[in-house]
Amino acid sequence: MFSRAYKTIVTAPPLLWATVFLLVPYVLMFCYSFWSVSAAQAIIHSWDLANYKKLFQVDVYWQTLLRSMWIAARVTIFSLVLGYPLAYFLSFYAGKRKDLLYQLVIIPLWVSYLVRAYAWKTILGSDGVMNTLLQYVHLTKHPLEFLLYSPFAVVLTLTHIYTPFAFLPIYAALEHIPRNLVEASHDLGATPVQTFWRVIFPLSIPGVVAGATFAFVLSLGDFLAPLLLGGPSGIMISNIVVSLFGAAYNWPLGAAISLCMLLLVVSLLFLSERLEKKWSFS
Amino acid sequence: MEFLVSGDSATIPRSRWLMAHVLIVFAFLYLPIAVLILYSFNGEGVGGFPPRHLTFDWYRTLFQDGPIWDSVFNSLQVAFAAMVISLTFGVPAALALDRAQFPGKVLFRRLVLLPLILPGIITGLSLLMLFNVAGTKLSLLTIVLGHGTALISVATTEVFAGLQKLDRAQEEASLDLGANYWQTFWRITVPNLKLPIIGAALLIFTLSMDEIAVSFFLIGRDNTLPLEIWGRLRRGITPEINAVSTIIFVFSLVAIVFWYRLRVRGETREAAGTEIAEAAEGGLV
Amino acid sequence: MAFITSSAASITTAESPTKSTLLSIRNVAKSFGKNVVLREISLEIGEGEFLTILGESGSGKTTLLRIIAGFESASSGEVWMGEERLDRQPPYRRRVNTVFQHYALFPHLTVEQNVAYGLRVAGRPEAEVASRVAEALEKVRMTAHAKSKPSKISGGQQQRVALARALVNRPRLLLLDEPLSALDANLRRQMQVELKSLQREVGIAFVFVTHDQEEAMVMSDRIALLRSGELEQIATPREIYSQPATAYVAQFIGHTNLLQGDVRQGVVRVAQSESLSWPAQVPDGQVLFSLRPESIQVVAAARPGTPGRVRVRSRLLQQAFHGATELIRVECPGGLVLTVRTPSGAGIQKEVDLEFSPASVVQVRPSPGRN
Repeated sequence: MFSRAYKTIVTAPPLLWATVFLLVPYVLMFCYSFWSVSAAQAIIHSWDLANYKKLFQVDVYWQTLLRSMWIAARVTIFSLVLGYPLAYFLSFYAGKRKDLLYQLVIIPLWVSYLVRAYAWKTILGSDGVMNTLLQYVHLTKHPLEFLLYSPFAVVLTLTHIYTPFAFLPIYAALEHIPRNLVEASHDLGATPVQTFWRVIFPLSIPGVVAGATFAFVLSLGDFLAPLLLGGPSGIMISNIVVSLFGAAYNWPLGAAISLCMLLLVVSLLFLSERLEKKWSFS
Repeated sequence: MEFLVSGDSATIPRSRWLMAHVLIVFAFLYLPIAVLILYSFNGEGVGGFPPRHLTFDWYRTLFQDGPIWDSVFNSLQVAFAAMVISLTFGVPAALALDRAQFPGKVLFRRLVLLPLILPGIITGLSLLMLFNVAGTKLSLLTIVLGHGTALISVATTEVFAGLQKLDRAQEEASLDLGANYWQTFWRITVPNLKLPIIGAALLIFTLSMDEIAVSFFLIGRDNTLPLEIWGRLRRGITPEINAVSTIIFVFSLVAIVFWYRLRVRGETREAAGTEIAEAAEGGLV
Repeated sequence: MAFITSSAASITTAESPTKSTLLSIRNVAKSFGKNVVLREISLEIGEGEFLTILGESGSGKTTLLRIIAGFESASSGEVWMGEERLDRQPPYRRRVNTVFQHYALFPHLTVEQNVAYGLRVAGRPEAEVASRVAEALEKVRMTAHAKSKPSKISGGQQQRVALARALVNRPRLLLLDEPLSALDANLRRQMQVELKSLQREVGIAFVFVTHDQEEAMVMSDRIALLRSGELEQIATPREIYSQPATAYVAQFIGHTNLLQGDVRQGVVRVAQSESLSWPAQVPDGQVLFSLRPESIQVVAAARPGTPGRVRVRSRLLQQAFHGATELIRVECPGGLVLTVRTPSGAGIQKEVDLEFSPASVVQVRPSPGRN
């Protein structure tokens, strides 16, 4: 139905843009990762695997990577634990208020990330709301140090940011479940709890996988929360990359680490797509 | 069909634990925002409990703060330009994905959608390397290009979803009646995509105003609002930040509610049609 | 000789023809907000009976079914099964199972797992589950597809699985919500026969909801006709056909001719066609009658009139071929238009002589909005 000319006009500009601004930069990053930097801060086209070796041999690099993955894993679990029952409630129990509640859930999503991360800083600091409140009601005598500048603060903040991200695909999946399946399950004698585990949950798994993927991938690559709230013990891999492009000037190494992250993310996406397909039954 | 019909006790009992959980999650989601707003009026400054001396002082200081307004102006320019770029390339991208077959289509689709889920710094870094090799100086322009690239995926996904709902027969009818492709595009396709396009525009604008990760690497001399705030945060917290954050929150709130209403309006018109059809089939009554 | 025209039949053959009452619906009414969907329905369902709830969309038939199943609760009234109040129980405690309109098979479970669902949920031992499931699949001839997923089998097959899934639990009552409406005509006729014989075989009471009156006639022991939330008539198919209580019933089930009559001193005169008249033992006044098309015979013009039968000469308007019979529309002197069913093959002339017996004419109550 659509002419050749139409299709060309429609395809060419985005294709061009994607090539110049997406493909080429990634290729550049790929190339950079094999180069190195001289003492005089000049880029040497050495074409070797030195950077990758460094990533896996130098403690601070691979340990930070692992810590980042562990933080991301915790954020994912908490986001799912918080987000799934929320989605379930909205989809099956909210009735007329479903719309309003949905809006309430997505509003925080679009309120500036920076603003929210900063807000947690105000709350968790030794002079912050949480500590002064606890002391005010005499639950503690001294400020709790671990609240801020720790992995705890990072996990807490990232969970706060990414719970709505986990919520969205789970809610979409739950909404897709035909209600007559729930009625059929009840008709056949299953209680609401049995119905949830035998019918509703299995059919919502693609949503859970998607939500978990969002939460994990986005937390893994986060650099703001650790910078604001992580302290020395809460540094994540993105912070290292940022410093390599800043003060610790070593673009090739930074590119290598970025590329690793990119590959990690892409394989996770691939894996999650396979899982979603396996668990989708329509 | 409603599952929990009119709350009849004969059907499903409401779970108390579930409701408690929901309330806790909402409290968790809104706590920081509430604190922020509350403390923007706090005379004692940042932190401390309970807040004392409620005052508008911080808002007054904010209004006299030159650099902040400069950065706001910069952000607005960037957001607007990013919106234009994302739509200009994102709408055709959606059309291409929906209607054209070409070698590398799969790679193209993945490339375009990747920035949506990739951590922003990777997008920012890769573009930095590009600009470095090309010898481009960092400035608001490079930020615009960065935002545009990152946010094309938003335009593409929204418009693509809208295209699925579009009845192909309408465009065929237009061609049949003598309009050419260009006319059909502007008279039939675009009007039908009005809602997704406006929704995408709103979303892109809001996301660009708040964008940090990509901007971080592509910044020149001029700051955007988030980066201006960020700079100040590094130097130490000032209560002004609470005030500006509250204002940002109010704007985001308005924008997102508006976006949602638009979306719902588009879906409701269509959902209402389906519901009526189903009811007519004698399903419910 | 006075001929008696059948008088208006009573609304209900209140008791079910079978042995004992299984389900008793007492004054059940249902409104959704201001919308009144059911108005005080009372009826009884007997053990092992095949009852069809028949009606147009908007008649409330699906709502009534859902109330019995437990997915809606009545605004007022009670539902009793034996000595227990059924409507106080949640759906998963009722000994009632449903075959849903679009089958509602679980897409993530195989055919076998779907059928086993109710038994597993009840915690039956695996050996028992396996044997009962195998038996149920045998009965609906789906054994070969036991390990398939619902998306891979046809609509007719899905419907049989839905049946097996419901019946394997040995409910006291099976509800079927327009289960055949998604099937094409031939498959539908085949399934009607299968369902009927299945019901006979398992001996469970079936409550079948449909808008298709032919389907209802073919399958049911009794038909309950609903209109706008009220029970118009409940009777066996033969009774409901030959003794319709109201004009609506007469027109909904099969074709009919509605005749507005004037009764004076034991003689009926049809309003639009004064030449049509016959004696009747009916009190004076305005009366509505129903006369089925097949009760009117086309006779040769030359043949003399039969004593006791009403004869009229009419003009042919339209002829429609229906296979074994033809439906013809004719105009009588005075303007009355009649529909007549006659065997195919006999040539129909422009002038048609008709005859019918007054005994075939049934008095019906007028239905608002239908005359």
